Amino acid sequence: MSIPRPKPEKFRLRRTMMFMNAQKPGLIKDAYIYGADSIMLDLEDAVAENQKDSARFSLYHALKEIDYGNTEVIVRINGLDTPHWKEDIRVCVAGGADGIRIAKTESAQDVKTVEKAVEEAEKEFGVEVGRTLLMAALESPKGVLNAYEICQASDRLFGVALSGGDYRKCMQVKVIPGGIEMLAARGHMLMAARAAGIQCFDTVFTNINDDEGFRAEVKQNVEMGFDGKSLVNPRQINIVHEMLAPTQKEIAEAEKIVRAYREHAAEGVGVFTIEGGKMIDIAFVPGAERVIKLAKASGIYEGDL
Amino acid sequence: MRNAVGREIPDELLKSDLRNGKGYEVYQGKGYRDGKYIKKQGPTTRIYQKPTESKILPSIREAVIKSGLKDGMTVSFHHHFRDGDFIVNMVMKEIVDLGIKDITIAASSLGTAHDPIAEYIEQGIVTGIQTSGIRGKMGEVVSQGKLKTPAILRSHGGRVRAVEEGDVHIDVAFIGAPTADEYGNARALGGKSDCGVLSYAVVDSEYADKVVVITDTLVPYPNFPASIHGINVDYVVVVDAIGEPKKIASAAARMTQNPRDLMMAENVAKIMTATPWFKDGFSFQTGAGGPSLAVNRFLEPLMVEKGIKMAWAIGGITGSICELKEKGLVGKIIDVQDFDTSAINDIRNNKNHYEMTASEYANPANKGAFVNKLDFVVLAALEVDIDFNVNVITGSNGVLRGAPGGHPDTAEGAKCCIIVTPLTRGRMATICEKVVTVTTPGDCVDVVVTDYGLAVNPKRQDIIECLDKAGVKHVPIKELQEKAYSMVGRPDDLQWEDKVVAILEARDGTILDVVRKIKPCEI
Repeated sequence: MSIPRPKPEKFRLRRTMMFMNAQKPGLIKDAYIYGADSIMLDLEDAVAENQKDSARFSLYHALKEIDYGNTEVIVRINGLDTPHWKEDIRVCVAGGADGIRIAKTESAQDVKTVEKAVEEAEKEFGVEVGRTLLMAALESPKGVLNAYEICQASDRLFGVALSGGDYRKCMQVKVIPGGIEMLAARGHMLMAARAAGIQCFDTVFTNINDDEGFRAEVKQNVEMGFDGKSLVNPRQINIVHEMLAPTQKEIAEAEKIVRAYREHAAEGVGVFTIEGGKMIDIAFVPGAERVIKLAKASGIYEGDL
Repeated sequence: MRNAVGREIPDELLKSDLRNGKGYEVYQGKGYRDGKYIKKQGPTTRIYQKPTESKILPSIREAVIKSGLKDGMTVSFHHHFRDGDFIVNMVMKEIVDLGIKDITIAASSLGTAHDPIAEYIEQGIVTGIQTSGIRGKMGEVVSQGKLKTPAILRSHGGRVRAVEEGDVHIDVAFIGAPTADEYGNARALGGKSDCGVLSYAVVDSEYADKVVVITDTLVPYPNFPASIHGINVDYVVVVDAIGEPKKIASAAARMTQNPRDLMMAENVAKIMTATPWFKDGFSFQTGAGGPSLAVNRFLEPLMVEKGIKMAWAIGGITGSICELKEKGLVGKIIDVQDFDTSAINDIRNNKNHYEMTASEYANPANKGAFVNKLDFVVLAALEVDIDFNVNVITGSNGVLRGAPGGHPDTAEGAKCCIIVTPLTRGRMATICEKVVTVTTPGDCVDVVVTDYGLAVNPKRQDIIECLDKAGVKHVPIKELQEKAYSMVGRPDDLQWEDKVVAILEARDGTILDVVRKIKPCEI
């Protein structure tokens, strides 16, 4: 019997969220070994309609018995239009999942509905109210258009993610190299998330044998400003981590900013220049801190910050 | 007497005449016999100055009779036909039908294709087995104590040494060959059942008193370049089929898609790049199993990135290393066995792919085998213990079911020996406190890579420093073992009887471990 998981951190590093079928013990027994920041145990599409109970059963025992260490454990529950989602939530909360991914979110009300059920489950199972985090998956044009209200719907909500499969179907488009078909959705969702101050994750890339295509998409994700990506195969994890890792030059710059900020803050100075003459104010600091955090997570940081 | 890997070796074995009357020593540690001298024990061979008879005989039966095989003698075979081999069973059937008994089989390896031999063991006809691999029914009956003398299990290099040193004397060698001419020049290519090379059989052809080549494809004289030379061959027999091609070599050793195997393989490649030996001109051997084979795939981009090439690769060869050679990333392949038809086709058609003998490959008692010059070897294991001892012969139930093969030879020879294995298999811990049987001693094993992290042998501080410098995380092996036990539990001790059923020889001919008779299971 492992120790209960510590209280989840709302804004932790989530570069990689790896999906896996909650029904497959061989997969979920030690999913943390691949080094994803978060694993996404799926009760929804990966599980056949008549297997939902058994998937919940295996999920519950995995949550209770397996020490996932620092890997965040999120569960994708079934949509609000199914008979399963309430029971899914009870299992997540009883088992102590870190967060719940709401499938097919289309409105702020969807988030609030799930939040209410989560709170009830927390009370039912004696879990600290507010412990269970939420994230919303936007899978339709309607969801994307309502992104801003969704992003603001709950204090538990740490982020939104795009779900490309369903979205493309609604839009009657197929996967296009370069992602023109997803450009508007990605851009809109990113703006909403940043406006609401939460994280934003891109959809999966399903052709696991197309390393080049995957790298191109991750590169675009990074350039657009995504925090991370949903993944379908452990082989994709290292690629994302590697591509999100800051360069040594970026790290050095960030170090300067953070150090200078700390020195000046103690003296009550808000605007200052760093080595090289660049003007820095407090607005640069969170970004610099994020670079250091990324560098540490990527195993390439050798400094002492 | 306790040996250098802490195994208790019964004194009566040390005095026994299993080693042709020379007695045994216990394992003393890596490189123990280095610098010593041996006298090679040559065969008694017939002069063919003015032969009047043809070497070609009409049947295996005739060859058994002509060879003068008698009760108490030793016959030998090679294992290049792997699970597709017909030779061992065909020859043994004739021997048994002729009423010859008390036979010792000294094969380079035996597998599940040879299940019928188990019956001859039970009947008391086969009374000795000397081999690398022992599996299937034969493994079971030997583990049940039904073989009259303890089986002697050797590495590929250790076998050549044992033959040359006279620890085992082969009376008649039966050598299956994909092609042969009327004088016995034999090749592994050009017939119905190509196997690429005949490396393991060369020592048999040179040291057996009588040598019989068995082929299904007779070709015009001279069948050159020959692997087995007609000058060493007494008789040639042509049969309908020497083996089943499909089981001799699969189309291509399949590259795993299993993310766990791939992750381990990638980590192996990372470890290699962190060491000083990963430089232009390095040498390499890897296995044909899932994660070991996949290392090839991860090496490619790392070599390209660093702008370096592998000078040579050895071992059991697969298509995947041949592909790297064809891409110009590997200089030469020196081949002792082929695992797939891609490798066989490569040695047939392409350049810079050569056959070597098992002695050149791994014999510790010649003047310097290839393994001595190996930078890296990547190997699998059934079990590894906290002293880095490896078991590749006995299963978790104590029954014989594997083969040391080239494992101990390459592990001792290579500058960096990396074992790759998942932490658990089913409900068995792979990293354990004490392996059932030591087949490769821990002093030859440098790094163990699992899906839950890797451990470096504390004897290799140089490698530890390299990994620390490169930021490659590692943990004490005890930690891996504890993690494994925390997941699948501590295994109960196996229940043995006193009787020794098999001796594990170290490659230098000392005793590394023994396997005892398994206590019958009470249900």
